[in-house]
Amino acid sequence: MRRARTWLPGLLLVTPSIVAIGVFVYGMLGWNFQLAMTDKHDQVSEGQFVGLQNFIDIWDQPRWHLSVNHTIVFTVVFVLGALLLGWLLAFLMEKGIKGEGTFRAIYLFPMAISFVATGIVWRWLMNSGTGERAVGLNRLFDWLGLPQWQWFRDQDWGMAAMALPAIWQMSGYVMALFLAGFRGVPEELREAARVDGCTEWGVYRHVVLPMLRPVTLSALIILGHISLKVFDLIVAVSGKQIITDVPAVFMWVAVFDSNDPAKGATIASYIVVSVAIFVIPYLIWSVRAERRTVRPESGSLRGQRGPSERDHEQERRS
Amino acid sequence: MTAVGGRRAKPLLWTRFGVLLLFGVIFLIPIYVLLVTSFKPLTEADPGQAWNLPQTWTAEAWRVAWEKLAPGLWNSVLLAVPGSLLSCALGSMNGYVLSKWRFPGADVLFTLFLFGMFIPYQGVMIPLVQLLVWLNEATGLQGVFYGGIPGLVLAHVVYGIPICTLIFRNYYVTIPDELIEASRVDGAGLLRTYWSIVLPVSGPAFAVVIIWQFTSLWNDFLFAVFLTGPQSWPTTVMLNNIAGAQATPYSQQMAAAILASIPTMVIYVLLGRFFMRGLMAGALKG
Repeated sequence: MRRARTWLPGLLLVTPSIVAIGVFVYGMLGWNFQLAMTDKHDQVSEGQFVGLQNFIDIWDQPRWHLSVNHTIVFTVVFVLGALLLGWLLAFLMEKGIKGEGTFRAIYLFPMAISFVATGIVWRWLMNSGTGERAVGLNRLFDWLGLPQWQWFRDQDWGMAAMALPAIWQMSGYVMALFLAGFRGVPEELREAARVDGCTEWGVYRHVVLPMLRPVTLSALIILGHISLKVFDLIVAVSGKQIITDVPAVFMWVAVFDSNDPAKGATIASYIVVSVAIFVIPYLIWSVRAERRTVRPESGSLRGQRGPSERDHEQERRS
Repeated sequence: MTAVGGRRAKPLLWTRFGVLLLFGVIFLIPIYVLLVTSFKPLTEADPGQAWNLPQTWTAEAWRVAWEKLAPGLWNSVLLAVPGSLLSCALGSMNGYVLSKWRFPGADVLFTLFLFGMFIPYQGVMIPLVQLLVWLNEATGLQGVFYGGIPGLVLAHVVYGIPICTLIFRNYYVTIPDELIEASRVDGAGLLRTYWSIVLPVSGPAFAVVIIWQFTSLWNDFLFAVFLTGPQSWPTTVMLNNIAGAQATPYSQQMAAAILASIPTMVIYVLLGRFFMRGLMAGALKG
């Protein structure tokens, strides 16, 4: 009983947040799922329970197939692109370089801008006009003697072009993650490997790369979940055009233009499930991993901490 | 991190520098386009001069963009300032309890909170709209919860709880337990300890959360487009409407896009270090 008296006030203090998360996250996810299992296809009807019928029926719609395919292309190009570019930039900066602060600032600033503003510039850059009417990148490519493209209006590769602004916006973030990861590898470890006769490549391959795995996983999860729910960018670049349709835009149209709550809820449920499939195992894994790691006994409270907390966390861990 | 410096061959260093510089230039292309286009008069709008500097610089597009966007900017201030302060208050208390005043099941609860950080908000949007509409009717306050700024603030604060809690919790973990214990032994309770021990050293965590939340609230489009109406449209929605209209010249679109990005860019430039930490916290394992 005495123990309960020590922890109970804490629980009380967190209660408002527990209630809020319970209602707004879990309650509403459930509510949405329940709505998706009814035939409430207009604003007025009551909505009878129809089980998973909506989830099956939506596959009869060509537009749904399109938006799923678009998401796959977008996700592959965006995640791989941002991951590789971010890794490359971090790799080039890893050992320190003149003007590193400036480079970091330049690569990272797109993250401070909204997807809507990004979309406006990139819509101009990726304008599909060619020849005399070419603006943006097509005009630039024309000068450089490169071929001109349809960009996001291309039938097959439109979504790959759509991933470019997203890569522009997110690869700086991946760079920062990788840079912190690289620097978390203690110099002594590398030195030891060199003494044992490893080449620089060997050091990288056998010492550094394995230690980058957690960072890579974090980056994958973050990029992946951004990609599966991408919305703002698509709307800002091309509006509601079918040619760049994705589930999130389809859902928006279902709710506001077609006034079909059940269909909107069905699409939303699919988006949630697609994200949950890989986020839930990741969360469980990372919470367990944290518990395995012994907490620092008394981490001194430094007012000035390094460029990133991760640097220190990794130093402490190793 | 001392550079290995001398050991590396000079040409390799220059190659690295060159590639980084090349990407730096590529990253800045959109900024060049934004600035150059926004200062062009309509007479220079033809595609042939797309990449040229303006021959005559004019702020006309900026003036028009400002007039169109001003109500949205003001709405965004009303949204982002209270929203990020409320998020801080909640996040700080949660983080404190979950790191220093733990109760049975705190870890499970924390994991459940974290999932809230990753859910696609589409999954809660339809019920959220229904709830806010209902709140409008139940309270008799039309256009407050659904279609108003308060409803949008509510949504952002609630869905911001997970990330804010995470940032504060990870920060408070670094406070030595002995300090808390000592305070307890001296008879200080939960709130007293928070007030006199924890809060005074929380400055950096508050900075991170304020910046993080301000940026996400300012840049949010999804919640805004579902929950607000013409009177309460924040910057992003207005910006999208301005740019979506066929008649809007590029110069005005670009000027509006810059205007909409200035607050977050200023924060990024002035407080980049804290901005980075917020991003890192998003990677979970800080």
